[in-house]
Amino acid sequence: MKTPIYMDNHATTPLDPRVLEAMMPYFTERFGNAASRNHSFGWQAEEAVEKGRKQIADLIGASPKEIVFTSGATESDNLAIKGVAEMYAERGNHIITAATEHKAVLDTCKKLEKHGFRVTYLPVKGDGLIDLDMLREAITDKTILISIMRANNEIGVLQPIAEIGRMARERGVLFHTDAVQAVGKIPVNVEKDNIDLMSISGHKIYGPKGVGALYVRRKNPRVQLTAQMDGGGHERGMRSGTLNVPGIVGLGEACELCGKEMAEESARLGALRDKLRHTLESALDEVYINGSMEHRLPNNLNMSFAYVEGESMLMGIKDIAVSSGSACTSASLEPSYVLKALGVGDDLAHTSIRFGLGRFNTEEEVDYTAQRVIETVKRLRELSPLYEMAKEGVNLKKVEWASR
Amino acid sequence: MAYSNKVLDHYNNPRNVGSLDKADPNVGTGMVGAPECGDVMKLQLKVNPDTGVIEDAKFKTFGCGSAIASSSLATEWVKGKTVDEALQIKNTEIVNELSLPPVKIHCSVLAEDAIKAAIDDYKKKQAAHPVEQLVS
Repeated sequence: MKTPIYMDNHATTPLDPRVLEAMMPYFTERFGNAASRNHSFGWQAEEAVEKGRKQIADLIGASPKEIVFTSGATESDNLAIKGVAEMYAERGNHIITAATEHKAVLDTCKKLEKHGFRVTYLPVKGDGLIDLDMLREAITDKTILISIMRANNEIGVLQPIAEIGRMARERGVLFHTDAVQAVGKIPVNVEKDNIDLMSISGHKIYGPKGVGALYVRRKNPRVQLTAQMDGGGHERGMRSGTLNVPGIVGLGEACELCGKEMAEESARLGALRDKLRHTLESALDEVYINGSMEHRLPNNLNMSFAYVEGESMLMGIKDIAVSSGSACTSASLEPSYVLKALGVGDDLAHTSIRFGLGRFNTEEEVDYTAQRVIETVKRLRELSPLYEMAKEGVNLKKVEWASR
Repeated sequence: MAYSNKVLDHYNNPRNVGSLDKADPNVGTGMVGAPECGDVMKLQLKVNPDTGVIEDAKFKTFGCGSAIASSSLATEWVKGKTVDEALQIKNTEIVNELSLPPVKIHCSVLAEDAIKAAIDDYKKKQAAHPVEQLVS
């Protein structure tokens, strides 16, 4: 076993060597521009792009014509939400999303609010799922779009998108889902779930960074988007810019591999995740799972280790790459807004650790991680005044902290 | 973010971890920060009432590595100093010693506050228990 161990697969994943192999020729001898229609270099590139489009479409039950290539899921989210807002502005100005969405969705919605759109940010329940009744009540005749993610990037919780899709369809509202963490990990089908727009990222599924896709439904209903970048009118006019051919080849290959290996891989990772959870829970008191275990990605575990601050924990397990919802590890110096939305107190949010298992993690790595986490939590609790107080029976919620 | 070697050293080998008897009139306890803010420091000093010299210091900290290092360093620095000398310790000295980056300056501020709070507690106890001071 080699260290450091990478167990932060919600942040990014390593490129699968098989994907790299498929991409390589398109950096060198097959370098053509897919938009060059009059010579073999262009045809070769176009052929590769169309193969990639089909590989993606096959994974999600779409038609290749419904795939628009982007630079990544942040762009896909922006294009979907701003593109729909602009295109359908005459029909309505109301968008519904949820408090636990990725910043690429939330900040896009905030930007639209500055331009006269009204946005409803649905709260989530303690398990991280939205309340479908609240969604139903939030839809008005001005609602043009619902954007709810498939799987959360911090807690791996799966939203009830089949129900959301059905509701959106019944009410004539478009439905976008950020499926970055879900595609390739669990079955996703745009027909079955009535999805109209869906964001996909390459580097979350063992493909390359800098490439993503947006699924845009072509019929029942035909979704139209206002392009957010002006240029050569590539991708049916929805996204101009010379196509990233090697990236697209990689994204396509990554999707095909995920499709082939999903059942086996998700079963394996789910079993490893459960082993990690049970090992930690049986060795440590006062550990808390954040979010629903029932509706969750198989490769995600998000746990709070009470009385042990997240960044100090990461320092203690420095040969294992995971991440924390602690303020000290975030750019904003605020603890995780996702955990906050679940009603997890700031005190526990500061102690949360996200484990993201991936294709290349082994059982040996999981066992090692569990032991390192257990040792570190025990050591840091010996150092923690809060653990000492809790053991003395002090109710920490009732203490008046001399905070600045 | 990369940590300085001194922060790593204090994190890996924290000095003076533990607790002193809160009820001892010669022990001052300072508890600063809040769990919601992600850091709580408890710093305790045992003072020789005849000389005013801090003879022992202990800490426990809930917080990031820099918070642990700042409080560990604070216990090292106060030991052997008089109460008045300890009050002169400035957070900037902790920042310099540990090479803390700007986002971690609050850890040093908290350590300075913890020293002051502990001394304040000691002084209050001494004022409340003048007899015990004489006896000891």
